Amino acid sequence: MNHALSFRNLTLGYDRHPAVYRLDGEIAAGSLTAIVGPNGAGKSTMLKGVTGTLRPLEGRIAFGGIARSEIAYLPQQSDVDRSFPIAVADLVAMGLWREIGGFGGLRAGHRARVADAISAVGLEGFETRPIGSLSGGQIQRALFARLLLQDARLVLLDEPFTAVDAKTVADLIGVVRRWHGEGRTVLAVLHDVDTVRAHFPRTLMLARELVAHGPTAQVLTAENQFRARQMCEACAGPPHICGRDAA
Amino acid sequence: MMWELLVQPFADFGFMRRALMGCIAVSVGATPVGVFLMLRRMSLTGDAMACAILPGAAVGYLVAGLSLGAMTIGGLIAGMAVALLAGFVTRVTALREDASLAAFYLISLAVGVLIVSTRGSNIDLMHVLFGTVLALDDAALVLLCSIASLSILTLAALFRPLVLECADPQFLRSVSGLSAATHFTFLALVVLNLVGGFHALGTLMAVGIMILPAAAARFWAVGIGALIAVAASVALLSSLTGLLLSYHFSLPSGPAIILVAGVAYALSLVFGPVGGLAARAFPRRYLEA
Repeated sequence: MNHALSFRNLTLGYDRHPAVYRLDGEIAAGSLTAIVGPNGAGKSTMLKGVTGTLRPLEGRIAFGGIARSEIAYLPQQSDVDRSFPIAVADLVAMGLWREIGGFGGLRAGHRARVADAISAVGLEGFETRPIGSLSGGQIQRALFARLLLQDARLVLLDEPFTAVDAKTVADLIGVVRRWHGEGRTVLAVLHDVDTVRAHFPRTLMLARELVAHGPTAQVLTAENQFRARQMCEACAGPPHICGRDAA
Repeated sequence: MMWELLVQPFADFGFMRRALMGCIAVSVGATPVGVFLMLRRMSLTGDAMACAILPGAAVGYLVAGLSLGAMTIGGLIAGMAVALLAGFVTRVTALREDASLAAFYLISLAVGVLIVSTRGSNIDLMHVLFGTVLALDDAALVLLCSIASLSILTLAALFRPLVLECADPQFLRSVSGLSAATHFTFLALVVLNLVGGFHALGTLMAVGIMILPAAAARFWAVGIGALIAVAASVALLSSLTGLLLSYHFSLPSGPAIILVAGVAYALSLVFGPVGGLAARAFPRRYLEA
């Protein structure tokens, strides 16, 4: 089995305080994995490590033949300036950056793909609207359309379904499943256990340390969830005892 | 009557034609930069950079007297130094960009005032602070037009990275290494336009022609292209009107131009259809399906 990612003794953190502690594991190429865990468990930190924004304090991440430019990342709080006067289609088209760069033109083929991506997320008719006029869920749809155009082999989503309604979640899950069907590797930080059970074959449970990693049904047990909570409560104390006594 | 009021001054006097030409160059070059400053919530950065230029221009004056080249190069060096130092401090320490920029421009301003007040006469200080749009020579006009052209061409080339750097900087950093280069090139354009502007309007007034038309345009247009077009038009009309007012009423031309731009801003604030006071006070009825 090919690995898209392997973590070796990976420790990530801020200002000497580890937020992810000695993580080992592999993410299979083409897998669809949910990352779950309590708040402060290091889920977002782990994604930042994968994108390279955060350097490991210890250990390393190996990429199975995936280049930095083939990773698409949707941050938890996207810092899109929604008051900036840019049209939806223009924002989405920026997903083509790898092909057109900062200076290349948008040809007819590109425009057609932008239109396809916009209709894939159900935003037809919004192309020329400024992003400031969109609702939270619509912005999320537009950002997914941009991800679609990035054509990435590894897609990282940090709580993509927070504060969006059920219909939007259903539509965007459809996009995620499409990526999975196309053989792309998807890692998504999620909180809603039902969504994870219904749509994500594999789950990685994190509480600074790895709690469990494997098929979703075996990972999302009551016992594991209880353990994760306890480990994170232990983490609330001084950082050096994090996870030691509780686990 | 209208002819005498509006056209005669330019027809009769070469210095008025030169002043108009200089103002057109500054208006066309500086306003797009001003629009981006406003959209990035950096309007006050323009002010800070204008003050940062002062010691460079003063040193240029000390070295070579009232020399166009020396003061331009001095201003560019001082402005770029402050922009780069502030950016550097922001990237390597915990200080935010606004605070580090404020620190450096205040230091720079103090140095500038010190140099000008100990070595120059008051008239020279007035020249640096308020410009001499009515005494632009050929070299100055060529400089202003070159700066305007360079600025517009650079903005056109850099348009996509710059828009993305404003709208979604995190995404730009994730797909490309152009983020820092874009930011500093943009700051360089701000400095360049202010240095050009200070020959015509002075360091303090140059910011006015950059920011006021952009702020006024916000009440008339939504898209970036439209904002730039409106801002440039406001700047051009303000220049023309300000020059005529200064001619007919013997007012200093720099402040006259900026005050007209200020009036344009005030009118836009009240009557502008995009979020102006009148539009808010008397909202149009909502649309029904």
